Parts: sequence; C-alpha cells; structure tokens
Amino acid sequence: MVSLMEINSGDTAWVLVSAALVLLMTPGLALFYGGMVRAKSVLNMMMMSFGAMATISVAWVLWGYSEAFGQSWHGLIGNPFQHFGLSDLLSAKSVVGTIPTMAFVAFQAVFAIITVALISGAIADRAKYSTWLVFTVVWATIVYFPVAHWVFAFDGFAADKGGWIANSLKTIDFAGGTAVHINAGAAGLVLALILGKRIGFAKDPMRPHNMTLVMVGAGLLWFGWFGFNAGSALGANNTAAVTWVNTLAATGAACIAWLATERIRNGHGTSLGAASGVVAGLVAITPACSAVTPVGAVAIGILAGVLCALAVGLKFRFGFDDSLDVVGVHLVGGLVGTIAIGFFASASAPAAVDGLFYGGGPDQLWRQVVGAGAVLLYSFVVTGVIGLALHKTLGFRIDRDGEVAGIDLDQHAETSYDLGSLGGGGFSHAGAAMFGSHSTAPASSVATSTKQGASS
Amino acid sequence: MRLVTAIIKPFKLDEVKQALEAFGITGMTVSEASGYGRQRGHSEVYRGAEYTVDFVPKVRVEVVVDDVDAPDVVSVILKAAQTGRIGDGKIWTVPVEDVARVRTGEHGLDAL
Repeated sequence: MVSLMEINSGDTAWVLVSAALVLLMTPGLALFYGGMVRAKSVLNMMMMSFGAMATISVAWVLWGYSEAFGQSWHGLIGNPFQHFGLSDLLSAKSVVGTIPTMAFVAFQAVFAIITVALISGAIADRAKYSTWLVFTVVWATIVYFPVAHWVFAFDGFAADKGGWIANSLKTIDFAGGTAVHINAGAAGLVLALILGKRIGFAKDPMRPHNMTLVMVGAGLLWFGWFGFNAGSALGANNTAAVTWVNTLAATGAACIAWLATERIRNGHGTSLGAASGVVAGLVAITPACSAVTPVGAVAIGILAGVLCALAVGLKFRFGFDDSLDVVGVHLVGGLVGTIAIGFFASASAPAAVDGLFYGGGPDQLWRQVVGAGAVLLYSFVVTGVIGLALHKTLGFRIDRDGEVAGIDLDQHAETSYDLGSLGGGGFSHAGAAMFGSHSTAPASSVATSTKQGASS
Repeated sequence: MRLVTAIIKPFKLDEVKQALEAFGITGMTVSEASGYGRQRGHSEVYRGAEYTVDFVPKVRVEVVVDDVDAPDVVSVILKAAQTGRIGDGKIWTVPVEDVARVRTGEHGLDAL
C-alpha cells in the first residue's frame, strides 16, 4: 500500500503457497511433540498446537497484523488500531512489495501461530488447557506481535516506519531466528520454570510413546519449512531459490552432526536424534539462509547439530523440566543461527554482507548478538510476568491426581488410543435431554466416568 | 491333565506353534506378556537420556494336555523356542482338575 508497485502473479502465488506450507508445520509440530510424550498426554499435546492455530488466527486478523505491521511507535510497536479487523486492506490496490497486502497478512499469520505453538513443548503433560488458551492470546499480544514488529517490519514496506531491530540495529534475521525461535525458546524456559517439574521428572521413565509420529511430524516440519524460509523472500525470485538450497544444506548437515554426536556419546545414532537434528538445522538456518553460501549453511548446520545435541542435556543438570527441549533446540538453535551470521555471512549471498570469516570485521557480529540478546531478554522477562500472573490467578498447572491419571483424561475427558476390546460401559449423547430420547444404557454410567476423569 | 505355560520370545511364536501342531496339539491360547528374568531389561536412549526398560515384551503360550503328553510337549516347546541367548523364557506345568468344552458340554480329555 505504501509502494506503488504492481502485483506480480508469480510472487503472489509463491507467497500464498508458502503460507499454506507454513500452516502445515503446526499440525506437523503437533505430531512431532505428540509422539514424544507418553500415551496419556498425546491429545493434550496436540491440542495445544491446534488451540494456538485457532486463537492466533482470530487475534491476528483483529489486531495482531496491525500491531506487527501498522505504523510504528518509536520502532517498538505498530499501531494496533490502524488496520484493526483488516477491512481497510481488502482492495486490489492494497499492495506490499509485489504482492497483495492480504497475501502478506496470510504469510505472517502462520508465523505467529507456529511461534506460539512451539512453546507448548516446554510444558508438556501438566498445563491447564483453558489457561494455555488465554496465555496464547496474551503472549502473542504482548510478546510476539511487538517482537515481530521489531524484526520483520521494514521501513517503507507495510508502513512508512517499521521496527528498531530491522531498521536501526540492522540485525540480519531473514525468517525469524530471533522473533520466532529465540523468542519461543526463552518463553518455553520461563514457563517450564513457573509450572515446575512433572511428577517423576528425571526419575520415572518418560520415553516417547510413538516414535513414528515423531518422524512423520519432523518430516512435515522439514517440508513446510521451505515455505517458512524461501517464502520469506516474499517473491518467486533468486532470493527464494538461494534460501531454499541453504535450508536444504544446513538441515542435512545438522542431522548428520546430531547422529554423529550421539554415536560417539551413547554408541547409537537414534531416530529421535535424526528428527531432532533436522529441526535444529532448520531452526539455525532460518535467520541465516539469505546471508550465507551453501558451504556456510553446511557449517551452521554442523554447529547447530552438535551444540543442540549437547544442550538438550542441560535440563537434567540444572533441573528444569523443559519437557520436549524447546530450549535445547529452539533457543540454542536460534542463537547459533543468528550469531553465526556474524561469522559466516558472505556478500555473495542475497543479504550482501560480509561476516568476520569473510573479511567483514566484527560490525555485523555485534548487531547479531545485540539483536538476539534483546529478543531473548524481552521474551524472558515479559513471559515471566505473564506466566506468573496467569499462574496466580487462573492457575497454570493441573492437580496432582489429574497429572498422574493423564492430562488427556483430566483436561479433555478423552483417551488417545482404544486398544483393548473390553470396553464395557454405557452411552448417552449431548442431545439426549433436549430431544427427550432414551440412551441405550443409563446415562449416569457415562456421566460418572467422565466426572471421575475430570476430578480424579 | 496338565496346563503347560510357556513364556517365549515373540519372534519364536511361529516356530513353537508349528512344532506343537506337528506333535499333534490341536489348539492353544496365546497372549502378549511382558516381564523379565535374570537378564533384566534393556536400556534405551532418547536425546541422550538413558531409560532402563525392565519389562521386555514376551509371548505367553498356554496348552492343556493329557498327563502322559506333558513332558513331551514341554520338550517340543523348549526345542522350538531355544536360541541359547539370554531372555529365551520359561516353561512350567501345573495340574488341571477339569476342562469343559463350551459348545458341547463335554468334560475331561474329551474336551481337549
């Protein structure tokens, strides 16, 4: 809308397809996380991702987009009322770059969704679902939307004036190493600290209940991530192609590096290690994919694979229950990728900046460190305030009995797998009372068992 | 009559079944079981965290046979289920007072 450029149909098609690819990452994340928890928690784990898809979709169209990409207030936050409800952006004359503004709205919406969903892995098996839903909206409003403004809102693109990290500090973060991964990782760490450890943490075996779900989920994340990174070019162009290949290279290298680390340390390369290495590589290349050569991407992938494989053990050393390693993979991977740009950036890549190893001196390096540190600190502190406030008012953790019985039964009155054939019990349905029909068995038998699930 | 119960490695089930059929046994009950003996369980590593899994998956085979056949049935199962490595399982027998066939109401050896 600021720019007077015309809409390019190729660019628009690529961005819309990329938006759909990125949306698929969140159900992929639900599978990835869902397979890693015990059988009694898998539905809740998946529901946290699905819940984020629902709440953030609505928050984004009402005020989220405007808060992230509206006219800036001192580079800190967009005007949340400027495009409230988006009704001023529907005209075919509303263009950003070479695509309709609404295509940009769609693409950025799915980034907000997955960032919020990522956090859920840190609080598996124990978070009260209603409080989680409230948290998703509050956290997006106070943390994600402003941080996305800092990092993604360039001056003169969606608004005359954008965010401070993108325009003043000039940190390179192509697709969200800071705004998405460091942000979600720091938030996950704080919530894991506020909610406390699961019953039996580091004592009982809590092995993944279904590794095939984890592999399918990692595969969907891998696939969707090409929309995440290459789509961030916001056009079907050379930058999209370069970032696509860099994403491929770093991910393969990180997978190999994680497997090698495990082979040396534990004697076996595991499938969970391969899946985790893939995600660690994808995280690390996210900020860097426009700034490095494919060889640089391989180097970043190796760094991320090794460092994240080592970092996932920190929770046992320091005693915080980041259940599915949001810190070890997303915070550490995000930091590795964002800071590595300062070393590995090459002027031959689309971002056209030389890092320390390419003769560019320390200039870009400090910009990367300050940008990463600012997002980390902001997310850590503000998430702490939000998390504590919700914990003290609504309660963020289910009770002990519910956690032992399983959060699926406690929060959703469901169980994920009906593998036994001896069901027993009775049946009634929600409309029974309204239509005066009789259930085939005493309704009380179902009602009682549901109640037991909820309160026991 | 005696009830022969064998706890065996799951992948040995087919061989045991074929051996029992060859011996002339006409039916059996099979269930999935888990447990451990002297070998204890095994360990699994997830993201560097090592978990010991005590209860190892096994298959339980149950056959009711005539008293005179029991020692032979035990040795048939033993031969078919043996790999010589730890975790091969156990076989035991207990006396059975009566057996009834539900369809016809026959009792004792006629019901086998």
